[in-house]
Amino acid sequence: MTEMIEISGLTKEYSGKRIIDGLDLHVDQGELFGFLGPNGAGKTTTIRILTTLTKPTSGKVLINGIDVAKDPAGVKAEFGIVQQHLSLNRDLTIAENLELHARLHHLSRSERKERISDLLDYVELTDHSNYLIDNISGGMKRRAMIARALIHRPKLLFLDEPTVGLDAQTRRKVWDLIRKMNADGTSVFLTTHYIEEAEALCNRVAIIHHGRLISLGAPLTLRQNLGMIAVEAKTNGDGTRYRYFKDRDAASQYISELPESQKVVMRESNLEDVFVEITGQKVLGD
Amino acid sequence: MDAYSILWSDLAALKRRWPRYLLTTLVSPILYLIAFGWGLGRGINMNGTSYLAFVVPGIIALTAMNTSFNGAGTRLNVDRLYFKSFDECLMAPIGLLSLLVGKASIGVVRGLVSSTAFIAVALILAPGFHLGPLFVMGLIITCLTFAFLGVLVALMAKSHEDMATFGSLILMPMTFLGGTFFSLSQVPSTLKYALYILPLTHSSICLRAAALGEPTPWSSLIILACFMLAFFLGGMAVLKKISI
Repeated sequence: MTEMIEISGLTKEYSGKRIIDGLDLHVDQGELFGFLGPNGAGKTTTIRILTTLTKPTSGKVLINGIDVAKDPAGVKAEFGIVQQHLSLNRDLTIAENLELHARLHHLSRSERKERISDLLDYVELTDHSNYLIDNISGGMKRRAMIARALIHRPKLLFLDEPTVGLDAQTRRKVWDLIRKMNADGTSVFLTTHYIEEAEALCNRVAIIHHGRLISLGAPLTLRQNLGMIAVEAKTNGDGTRYRYFKDRDAASQYISELPESQKVVMRESNLEDVFVEITGQKVLGD
Repeated sequence: MDAYSILWSDLAALKRRWPRYLLTTLVSPILYLIAFGWGLGRGINMNGTSYLAFVVPGIIALTAMNTSFNGAGTRLNVDRLYFKSFDECLMAPIGLLSLLVGKASIGVVRGLVSSTAFIAVALILAPGFHLGPLFVMGLIITCLTFAFLGVLVALMAKSHEDMATFGSLILMPMTFLGGTFFSLSQVPSTLKYALYILPLTHSSICLRAAALGEPTPWSSLIILACFMLAFFLGGMAVLKKISI
């Protein structure tokens, strides 16, 4: 099976500072892939390179087998993107934003009409199609951006922080939409600050730090590597010490050795623990 | 076709505030006409031509300049830095030529609409105006020149302030010094040669000659076309630099 994204030896430097440092990464077709990292780790720069907005300093990127550097126009037809910031034209209605995107992707008049109608229905915005962007809610704007990104039936969808700023209910709605798109055959490359979002949605996640890949695998595998059970023990100051164990017996043994007065919480570990442990260690290691 | 798609979206936005746009676009030129044509210039004779007949083509040139520049430049600046929707165009499978022409087209449309609206007013206030093929050609080249300049500046601007600074330092002085309100034959020769560097000077010369039925000033027409080409090529170069 052809890989949807192949990144090899990717570097990007700004003013002598290396933002992406020899990144190697593969994403399979049909995968829902999470790309995580702390602020400034290089996530957005990587997405900008993958979506032809930024030239890499060195390295190679293939999208569905097409070289981004050699055939950017070919690559542009392969993907859709929902950017982190609102990038809809606010002078236009939802339907007009979709119409513009459909025109730029060379859909015929009849295709445009059918596709816009289908997608507005898909993201449940049919009743608001003639609303100007400033007159709709944040969740509707996000769904309009998703509809726009899908208009040319891309094989790959980049979602850069797709639920940032949304309330919990709307976020769940967008999650359902992402799962639906993926089930319909679209590969998804997702960056998010909400670790539980990656855990809930992604088949695999990559964690990058200082432009380098530091961990890669299925959320469950990464948790197993860290330890499925977490113990939080309050320290004498205001801090909390975290320890991870492969099972509850090992965790209980550890707790029994702590002073009885110490406040302790035992729970299942999660992807956020993995993220904090790995990136925290790296920060300390640097 | 791709260029038209980009223009289509700008026209859709323009249609929504059509009456307000027409009204606001006429305010400045009519004020110039009243202040300079009727007020200051009343009784002034410019080599056998009334000052009103002399100044109207200059006001048309500066109207075309300002509306084309702002129509293309401010619009693109907002798309790029405020709406952030310009990235969507860069990520679409369209050529850079289409992108540049598409983004400049709304400036040309706005420039032509504003100029035409003012011409309609001017024909009532200052009859005897020759509206021939040379005038139309000069007006279209003027609109294209400043629309491409608007795109070029908007692509290079790092903030909204950069656009305002360019307007204050370049466009505003050009508005008054580009042969719009006075004849270049009246200024000292050193200043005259300096003013020939301004594209608006050549636009004013071409439009005035056409409006007054004088012989075609070929050198100014060619220089104006060269400015248009230079701004177009500059825009292409910047687009190539910012896109992959």
